[in-house]
Amino acid sequence: MAHLKTAVSKGDHTLGNPKAAKVLVEYGDYQCPHCGLAFPFINRLLDNYGDEILFVFRNFPLQESHPAAMMAALAAEAAGLQGKFWEMHDMIFEHQASLSADTLLHLAEKLQLDMQKFSQDWRSQELMSRVEGDFEGGLRSGVNGTPTFFLNGARYDHYNETYESLEQMMRD
Amino acid sequence: MILTPNTPAPDFNLYATPDQRLKLSDFKGKKVILSFYPADWSPVCSDQLALYNETLNMFRKAGAELLGISVDSKWCHLAFSQDRKFHFPLLADFEPKGAVAKQYGIYNNDGGEAHRALFVIDEDGIIQWSYLSPDGINPGADGILDALDQLNNGKN
Repeated sequence: MAHLKTAVSKGDHTLGNPKAAKVLVEYGDYQCPHCGLAFPFINRLLDNYGDEILFVFRNFPLQESHPAAMMAALAAEAAGLQGKFWEMHDMIFEHQASLSADTLLHLAEKLQLDMQKFSQDWRSQELMSRVEGDFEGGLRSGVNGTPTFFLNGARYDHYNETYESLEQMMRD
Repeated sequence: MILTPNTPAPDFNLYATPDQRLKLSDFKGKKVILSFYPADWSPVCSDQLALYNETLNMFRKAGAELLGISVDSKWCHLAFSQDRKFHFPLLADFEPKGAVAKQYGIYNNDGGEAHRALFVIDEDGIIQWSYLSPDGINPGADGILDALDQLNNGKN
């Protein structure tokens, strides 16, 4: 059984209750259709169980398969530096079918980000290293595709692309 | 039986492109990751190789080259590799079919394909780690990375 090698820390992007007994980590790729499918399930899970769960999103862009995945990950991280990671994260998944540099810039404008700062951060080595660090930590933890979930550190292999299979973890 | 650690890796001489062959002995002095898989184009293999394609930097940082290997022909490999933008060679264990897979102990006689199996081979051509995965499951890269770490730390 694969285990999470990089512990959840303050540097992570989180939603839900930081003191929750259940911590769910997703390794995801913004251009992966399976992650797009899981996106509303996660939101529903948080709506229903927000007090009982902490959700963490980490980047796992497969760049050769998904040419816009890395730039989307960087755009979300760059928005995060202006306090709007989750807003950008949501909008990217909502526009998954039409991801491009232009779309991402447009989304950043819609969020009323400081565009000068955004375009600098978007290309920064620092954010690139962060995304690559997510990817490497995922690989070493046994992520073999996206989305891969970890529940309290153990890879959650019961997810089968239904909400119910995700919700199951709240009952275990 | 899958070949186990401390066994010399059987050499091979297989087409990597329509006009180029590769031998395992070409890689002496380097570490080699040999990734056997059942078939080009099948869903799990493609996901696995797509993952390794993104992991090449980490493999190379650890001093290792990746070679994919299946019973598909050199022309099939070429089309598959171009379609998926792979940056590592795919070897054709095509004639006699599966001969190398048989030597490594991971040939599936029923299906006429290699099983999904991984080998990490050291600079002297000795197998240091091997893993036979269920055919339908993508084994990921963590086992390979751990094996390479152990090899590299053992020498420091």
